[in-house]
Amino acid sequence: MNEIVPVVEMTDIAIGFPGVKALDGVNFRLFQGEVHALMGENGAGKSTLIKALTGVYTIDSGTITVLGEHKQFSTPAASQAAGISTVYQEVNLCPNLTVEENVLLGREPRRRGSIDWKGVRSRTREVLAELHLNHVDPGSLLSSHSIAVQQLIAIARSVEINAKVLILDEPTSSLDADEVNQLFRVIRDLRDRGVAILFVSHFLEQVYEISDRMTVLRNGKLVGEYLTRDLSRMGLISKMIGKEMEALAELDQAPARTRARTGSEVTPFVEARGLGRKGSVSNVDLSIYPGEVVGLAGLLGAGRTEIARLFFGADKADEGSIRVKGVSQRIRSPRAAIDKRIGFCSEDRKEEGLIGDLSVRDNLMLAMQASKGWARRIPRRVQDELVAEYIATLDIRPANPDALIRNLSGGNQQKVLLARWLITSPELLILDEPTRGIDIGAKTQIQKLVNKLATEGMSILFISSELEEVLRLSDRVAVIKDREMVAEIKNDDVSVEDVMTVIAGGTQ
Amino acid sequence: MKSLMKNRLAWPVIALAALLLLNQIFRPDFLSLRMQDGHLYGSIIDIMRNGAPTILIALGMTLVIATRGIDLSVGAVVAIAGAASCAYIAASPEPASPVTAAMAVLIAVLAGLLLGVWNGFLVSTVGVQPIIATLVLMTAGRGIAQLITGGQIVSVSNDHYKSIGAGYLFTLPVSILITAAVFVLAAVLTRRTALGILIEAVGINPVASRLAGLRSRNIIWIVYVFSAVCAAIAGLMISSNVTAADANNAGLYIEMDAILAVVIGGTSLAGGRYTLAGTVIGAFIIQTLTTTVYTLGIPPEVTLVFKALVVITVCLLQAPKARNLLRSLKAAPKPGTKEKVAI
Repeated sequence: MNEIVPVVEMTDIAIGFPGVKALDGVNFRLFQGEVHALMGENGAGKSTLIKALTGVYTIDSGTITVLGEHKQFSTPAASQAAGISTVYQEVNLCPNLTVEENVLLGREPRRRGSIDWKGVRSRTREVLAELHLNHVDPGSLLSSHSIAVQQLIAIARSVEINAKVLILDEPTSSLDADEVNQLFRVIRDLRDRGVAILFVSHFLEQVYEISDRMTVLRNGKLVGEYLTRDLSRMGLISKMIGKEMEALAELDQAPARTRARTGSEVTPFVEARGLGRKGSVSNVDLSIYPGEVVGLAGLLGAGRTEIARLFFGADKADEGSIRVKGVSQRIRSPRAAIDKRIGFCSEDRKEEGLIGDLSVRDNLMLAMQASKGWARRIPRRVQDELVAEYIATLDIRPANPDALIRNLSGGNQQKVLLARWLITSPELLILDEPTRGIDIGAKTQIQKLVNKLATEGMSILFISSELEEVLRLSDRVAVIKDREMVAEIKNDDVSVEDVMTVIAGGTQ
Repeated sequence: MKSLMKNRLAWPVIALAALLLLNQIFRPDFLSLRMQDGHLYGSIIDIMRNGAPTILIALGMTLVIATRGIDLSVGAVVAIAGAASCAYIAASPEPASPVTAAMAVLIAVLAGLLLGVWNGFLVSTVGVQPIIATLVLMTAGRGIAQLITGGQIVSVSNDHYKSIGAGYLFTLPVSILITAAVFVLAAVLTRRTALGILIEAVGINPVASRLAGLRSRNIIWIVYVFSAVCAAIAGLMISSNVTAADANNAGLYIEMDAILAVVIGGTSLAGGRYTLAGTVIGAFIIQTLTTTVYTLGIPPEVTLVFKALVVITVCLLQAPKARNLLRSLKAAPKPGTKEKVAI
């Protein structure tokens, strides 16, 4: 094994941003025919390392060799020319072009100067067949396929260029179980054909299922390189967060809360009857009581986010009614919802949450400032106090209120967005996938926080793709299937399997 | 020094200083000021006075651009404001009285307010793209101004009115004082209140801003009204300076100069972070360029080319890509001292 030259070898890599050392003396090796998982918490430097390898960032020091050859990647194009291909979480193809145009974009076979469309079609069919995608019509629009298939098509493009290295950055975060299996079959195929695959994911089980080796980073430094079969899950987690096992076990047991009382004698904070919106969701009957956590369970695309948006007025409901504290209300806009003390953390942090070019302070104060109106600026002194308080309470790092929020890691951005709402002291907080794509440490912190807020009397609508998480936190679980609410389960020792059965069967 | 160079205003200030220096070399009395009849005279004063309308309009344009918008109608608003005030004075029974002049100013500002409300309505409520929405008034506005003046150049003789564009107060031209006052007002309005931050939030991420409870409609309305009022005041200055309203030529192409001033000053056309001070410097650069052309005796045929070169240079100096390239060229001989990429 030691005789083999790695496909990619990165030695002593350092990258710094103003005020942050993103990577410091990191070594990384990638061999032919292996699936190598890059592990670490958010902000550990995984993305930075990938961006160094793909030429998005220029390294400050260190060396990169590809097949023993010294390389300097100053642009993504240089990295691609060296045979390194990347498939990102968000598919970066052109949705308005066809499958074949995407697969062969820029490298179409030509005949007498013009594109040979027959050749394009047959070449695309070949590549798709290699990936068991025979059912995909090369002439169909990319946008007509699911994200999962789009991702596989992005991989098809890498296969077509004969990439030696394939980087998959969180490829499974929006796939369901079947789609993940399909993706893994393709990954194994490529591995057996000698492609070196770098795999990044927050799903530990998937990492253990697919990877042969892993490199663990923490705080921009290398922790070590391990064979997957030699490292236990607990071992990996403690290496990632650098804490002792006992502390970890304690974190895991965190939520044990007396369930909120609900019943006819208490008025629910919010009560929806037959709530719906044409073309979106329908038939939502849901009450949330003060001090209660209600979970929304359902498959991706079942309509969970759509329901959250109706409660928050981000979309206008056109069926049914909403009562807030027993009074019938129409929630026509986010602003109207905020005035009724409702807050909403969107699942799409980047597009619907962050104001990237503004500081942590401005992002944190935004909702409160918006509800006060532009004329009444919150005095700087008050801002400083609130921001300092929430940075400390939520352990936001770096603890610098003037840092631009887009330079923070995902977990810390999420905490700032949570703080944006907490500062307005809402009575109902809607959290849509608040723990997606963030590391275990931040995840546990957020789960604990949800518990604490509910204990203090806040109503919480909690949405997550992880059923375990939903069950651990919720007093009741509403099951959403095919854009309707199909069941409501009181969470008394309900197991994941029970909920799965309801989702599968759809009967109460 | 390094942190000073990272300041967004560094390059515009350097460019302006270089231009002024160039003039000083060719005309040794360029930077000198002298007192005459209690008025301050000098090339710098001339530049500021001639640039005042552009600066005013560029201030309004900055806030519009910060919200991801653009206001092409400012030139037309200049014409309408001038036409309305001059037509009022010409038609009034006492065309020389101070009350008439005051009424004329009021009418012009109200006209600006109304036109701004119209633009803001189209953009924020109807949802028309800003460039199209303001294009409507840009073309229709000249027509409105013509209707008001009856297609003639309306001359007025009212000394009070004339002093807006050509008068002096505390040794300085009134137009400079008005512009300075509007600048201070805009700076205070945006930074003392939360308006500045909310404008930037809407410009950077409108979707997230809405979900944070921001009423972006009001914000957008405010910036278009402010822009049109600035243009109306500029219209007063221009018409009072020549004591006439010219519906066809007043403020012609001034929207282009204003947009250019915003960009040179360092505010991105993509919206978001903006700098009012940068805009003022940008407008100065444009105005100084015009003066430089005369100072250097550049033949009129190549004047526009010369201007374009300077503008391109300043814009390039601000572009992160070009700056990185420049830096890597500088840093190449000694790789040990490589600077970090600015984010």
